Formats: sequence, structure tokens, C-alpha cells
Amino acid sequence: MENFLYTLIIPVILFFSFIFTGLSGNKFKPAVSGIICTATVFISAALSYWTAYQYFFLHGKVNGVYQIINVYKIEWLKFNETLSIDIGILLDPISVMMMVVITTVSLMVHIYSIGYMKGDSGYSRYFAFLSLFTFAMLGLVLSVNIFMTYMFWELVGISSYLLIGHYYNKPSAVSASKKAFIVTRFADLGFLIGILLLSAFAGTFDFNELTNPNGNAILQSASTTFMGLSAISWALILIFIGCAGKSAMFPLHIWLPDAMEGPTPVSALIHAATMVVAGVYLIARLFPLYVFTSPVALEVVAHVGAFTSLFAAIIACTQTDIKRVLAFSTISQIGYMMVSLGVSGYGAEEGLGYMASMFHLFTHAFFKALLFLGAGSIIHAIHTNEIYSMGNLRKYMPLTHITFLTACLAIAGIPPLSGFFSKDEMLVAVMEKNIFLFAVQYVVAGITAFYMFRLYFTVFWNKDKKYEHVPHESPNVMLITLIFLAVCSALAGLIPFSQFVSSNGVPFSTHIHMNIAIPVVGIALAGILLAYALYKKESLSPEKIKNSLGVFYRSAYRKFYIDEIYIFVTKKIIFNLISVPVAWFDRHVVDNTMNGIAYTTNFVSEKIKYMQSGQLQQYAFIMVAGMILIFLLTLYLIIV
Amino acid sequence: MESGVGIQHFMILSTLMFFIGVYGFLTRKNLITILLSVELILNSVNINFVAFNKFLYPENLGGHFFAMFVIAVAATEVSVAIAIIISLYRKLKMIDVENVNEMKY
Repeated sequence: MENFLYTLIIPVILFFSFIFTGLSGNKFKPAVSGIICTATVFISAALSYWTAYQYFFLHGKVNGVYQIINVYKIEWLKFNETLSIDIGILLDPISVMMMVVITTVSLMVHIYSIGYMKGDSGYSRYFAFLSLFTFAMLGLVLSVNIFMTYMFWELVGISSYLLIGHYYNKPSAVSASKKAFIVTRFADLGFLIGILLLSAFAGTFDFNELTNPNGNAILQSASTTFMGLSAISWALILIFIGCAGKSAMFPLHIWLPDAMEGPTPVSALIHAATMVVAGVYLIARLFPLYVFTSPVALEVVAHVGAFTSLFAAIIACTQTDIKRVLAFSTISQIGYMMVSLGVSGYGAEEGLGYMASMFHLFTHAFFKALLFLGAGSIIHAIHTNEIYSMGNLRKYMPLTHITFLTACLAIAGIPPLSGFFSKDEMLVAVMEKNIFLFAVQYVVAGITAFYMFRLYFTVFWNKDKKYEHVPHESPNVMLITLIFLAVCSALAGLIPFSQFVSSNGVPFSTHIHMNIAIPVVGIALAGILLAYALYKKESLSPEKIKNSLGVFYRSAYRKFYIDEIYIFVTKKIIFNLISVPVAWFDRHVVDNTMNGIAYTTNFVSEKIKYMQSGQLQQYAFIMVAGMILIFLLTLYLIIV
Repeated sequence: MESGVGIQHFMILSTLMFFIGVYGFLTRKNLITILLSVELILNSVNINFVAFNKFLYPENLGGHFFAMFVIAVAATEVSVAIAIIISLYRKLKMIDVENVNEMKY
């Protein structure tokens, strides 16, 4: 275990770079803070690769099973014998895998941002917050205790808020950051209540205890029931609400598309690759608890995930802002991961869905970060987000084009790119358990291919549009990261992931299931062909289809009016029916009571102030008279 | 101890002195006389202390010491009071207590 002591450096160094650039970034040239932060992330990335190597190949396995290793565990707040909040570092297959993903994507985003943010007035502030975010995210995945997870969970929330609001003089960015913060905070209320309920019934916050299949937490916890479900199910459903807020599951997804107001590299890091999958990660972390104590909660996870993936995929087909298409695509892909987790069992082959979900999380991080960084490269060149203002960019930006195409193929699930492998595993897992969810996911796979290639053909092919100036390829510092991520997203699928990650730590082997893979690739190709016909050849007119779909298209374009429903519920119902009467009560009843007391006091004292005459002997007389009176009274009482 | 003088004689004396003091404090208009009345009250208390000490606990000295303290405190009090009276006189050119009513409402 002492082999891993250095893992402490991985998050802590980022915290120090945040403090340093945050406090003294303005004293140097902006480039200095960029370089410092990038260097520290580079160190963390190198160390986490070393950790991953040591964990997976040298010290992690005991008797063929990957162990949970508590590298550090310091008791911080102790409530009773079993219940305490600890701070520490926990290594197991998924936390090591997440650590690698986070540091890699963060490193790429840091390097990319050196080019992308050049000349921005908030350059060092931006890098400081990126470091803070990476620190918080690493703390989240490495935590030993669910309460520590909660603290870092809030910390990633606040750093996401700060980064979305980076352009704080733009009202839309400010309102987007507030929306993101409030919606996720609202969901975190569920998370907190869930933690408290869980700790009340399981008696511990510690992950080692909570997720031990033979541990007390799982054995003890099914007794109390509330409204037909056991208390632990409610706790897990509430925790899932927190996860749904962070991972933008329906109906708490509304913040993610708006969060695209932030700088594009931020969207790549936070709102595609890392923070939004924290919800999936947390459910995977508590997975034994879900499987053994509450299959109902897992069903909720699976169905919400399936609905969200379909819902977001449909919206993604209609959006015209390049980053919003990608945002809805992210929501849809996270829905995929949730479904796969939700149908999974516990064990090696039994837990195929768990493995597949983590695998997709892994590959998705690379290709979605690549898509966002590619979109950033395009936006950098032509200064707009509207896809219909783009066209034929393939001629001007060949490298961006190639890398973007790689990512599109990967997300569409075309072999041999990474998305194919993970999506195949997920669909196999879903197929085994629930044919209805499989049908939904199958359709979503086709829609995914369609909307990605709609984006691709519109942006990179067709005719030139009017540009302010001739679009140019991005600087090399940005292209390097695109190429690196393209290589990753092409090859990440070849990693034998099930040898490393499984729900109980036992490695197993998987193979491609042809009976699933062929239809899935088929529907993906069909989606691509449809997109080709609609947006490249224009042999079918998109306008006509748009008109024939009528209401359905319009409501999808307006994101099924979910935002409007939220506005209606808050402004019309909550404000008018609750806030206004409460405000009236406060202003009239509470305030008037207080004012009345103050007025009465004032009135009485005005009347009796003349007793203070200033005559010394008058005071003395009253005092002596009082004394005599008390004396006589006492005497009387004694005698009688 | 002289025959015929008991504790009740001392108590009568001190009670008389106390009420004469109180009467003077309430009726006199001159601040100096009021001060003298206060001294009478204090000294009546001293007599009580010493007398009770003598008759009830002759082996102890607590009452004597307390009387000493009262005398010391009275002395300091008088010096402060006289200082106040002098500065009042300088301001008002008189020391009539009824005219000193600056500290009313």
C-alpha cells in the first residue's frame, strides 16, 4: 500500500497551482499562469498514468481480484463508533480509470486553452479556475467517504459555475451560470437528504463498508419501509436525483445546454468529459448497494436514462447551435451509460452492463472532448456558433475536419473506432435484461449517427458561406491536442477494458457479439446515409420534412418546452401561490407585530419620563419611603 | 465592662443617628449639610458594627475592621463629594440642591 503514497500529490499540486495563479496571476504576464497550470496538470497526468500502471499491472490484484486500496484515510469528524467523516484517497479500478480520464482531458484542455484563450482579459483567472476544477474532480473520484464526495461534488459545482460565467459581462453567460448552479444545487438537496437517510440506516459513510456485499450496511438495511418502498430505496433514489442533476438527466437537464455559454474548452472538460459523468460515477461507486438492496432504484436509473437518451437525441436533431447539438448529444450519451448501469447485475459476466457503462464513460470522454475542442476550433476561426453560417470548412481547416470526422464516426459507433466497442457492450448488456430498453437504445444509436453527421455535413461540406474573413486553421498548440484526442478516441476501444474494470473486481473477457454489432452498425450507417441525403446531396429537402413533421418538429426545436414549463411553474405557480402570500404575511403580519411592540414601548416611556425630575431629594424620599413600606410590610407578615 | 450600658443603648444611639441623618438628607437644601447627614448615617452604621462585635463576638475583630473600612471609604467619598460641590459652586455661585437638576429627562 505504501507504493501509492505519492497519489496524494496528484490532486494537491493542482490545488496549489490554483492558489498560486489565483492570488498572484495578475502580477506576471498572462502566459506565465497558463504555463504553470499546464505544467502542474502535466505532472498530475504523468503521476496518474504511473498510478494506473502500478495499480493495474503490479500491485492492484490479489488472487486475481482487483482490491480496494485506501491509500490515506484520516478521520476528520467522528459522530460515533462507526459513523465518521473521513478524508483520504481510495484506489479501485473505476477511480484509477477516472483519474486517468480526468487528468488526460484536463491536460489537453489546458494546452488547447493556451491557444484558444489567447488575448482574453481573464486569462489567468480562467486557468486558476481550471486548476480548481481539476482538483475538485480528482477529489471527487478519489474520495473514501460519501460525505467527502459530497463536499467535492459541491466544489465541482462551484467551479463549473465560475467557468460558465467566465464572460461575466455577457448577461446570457451570467444567467446560464446561475441556472446551472441553482438547478444542480436543487438536485444536490436530494443527494444530501439521501446521504443522511443512507447513513441513518446503514450506519456508516465509508465506501468500504457501504459497498461491501457482505457488510453490515447491505445486510441491515432493508427493514424500514415508507410508501411501499424500503427506506434505503428512497435514499438511493434521492442520491440518484443528485446524480441526475449533475449528469443532466431529464427533467434536470435544462442547465447543460445553457452552460455552453462558457468558453468552449470548458464545455469540453466540464460539460462533456468529466463533471457531467460524475453522476454515473457515483452510481457505479455505490453499485453493490443499488444491486443488493434496491433493484427498484436501479430500475428508476435505467428508465430515466433511457427516456433521457431518446429525448435528448431527438432535440439534438433540431438544434442549430453547434455547441447545443453537442450538449444534447452529451445528455443522450450519459443516458446511455445510465441505462447500462441500471440493467447490470453484480459479478463478472453478470456485471457486463457496469463494465460497459464505465467503458463508454471512458471512450465518450475522449471523443466528446474532441468534438467540443473541434467545435471550439471552428468557432475560433469563424466566430459564430450557428451551423447554417458554416459550410465547406473542410477546405480551410483540413486537420480539424479529419479529427472531427474521427470523433463523429466514434460516437456513431462505426468499427473499429472506440465508440463501437463500448456501445456494443452496452447494447449486449441491455439486450440480455430488458428488450424494451434495448429497442429504445437501438433507435437512439441511429439518431445519434444522424444528428452527428447532420452536423458534420453541414459544417464541413456544402457551399461556402459568407465569412468575415477567410477561415484559417487553428494554431498548432490547439491542433496537437485535437490530434492526440483523435488518436485516443480511435484506439481507446481496443483496450480490453473488462480485464481491468468489473463490478466486483474480477477480470473477465468479452468479445464482439455479431448478432448485435451488425444491426447496430447497420442503423448507424442508415443514420449517416439519411444525413448525407438530407444535408449533403440535398436530394431530400430538410425543409419539406420539417414542414411535414409540423408541431413535433417545432416542439423539438424548442426543446419540448421544458424551459417554458420550468418558467411557468416557478413564475406562475410558485411565485403567485406561495411566494406572494408569504411575502404579504411577512410584510403585514410579522412586520406590524414588531412595529406595534416598538410603538407601545415608545408611547409608554414618553408618558412616564417626567418621573425623572432631576431633584435629588425627591429620589431619596421615594427610596426611603419604599424602604419603610417594605419594612412595615415585612413586620406585618411576621406578626400575622 | 461598665455596668448599665448594654447593647440596646448602642442600638438606640445608632438608630437615632441614622434617622437624624435621613431627616437631614431629605430636608436640608445646602449640599454641605446633606453631606454631613450622609456622614451621620455612615457613623451610625459604624457604631452598630463595633457594638455588635464587642457584645456578641468579643473574640473576633471583624466588626472593628469593617468600621475601619467604612471610615476610609467615607473619607474618600467626602473628598469626591467636596470636589463636586466646589465645581458646582464655581459654576452656579450657590450650592442649593434644588438648583442642581441638570440630569432630568
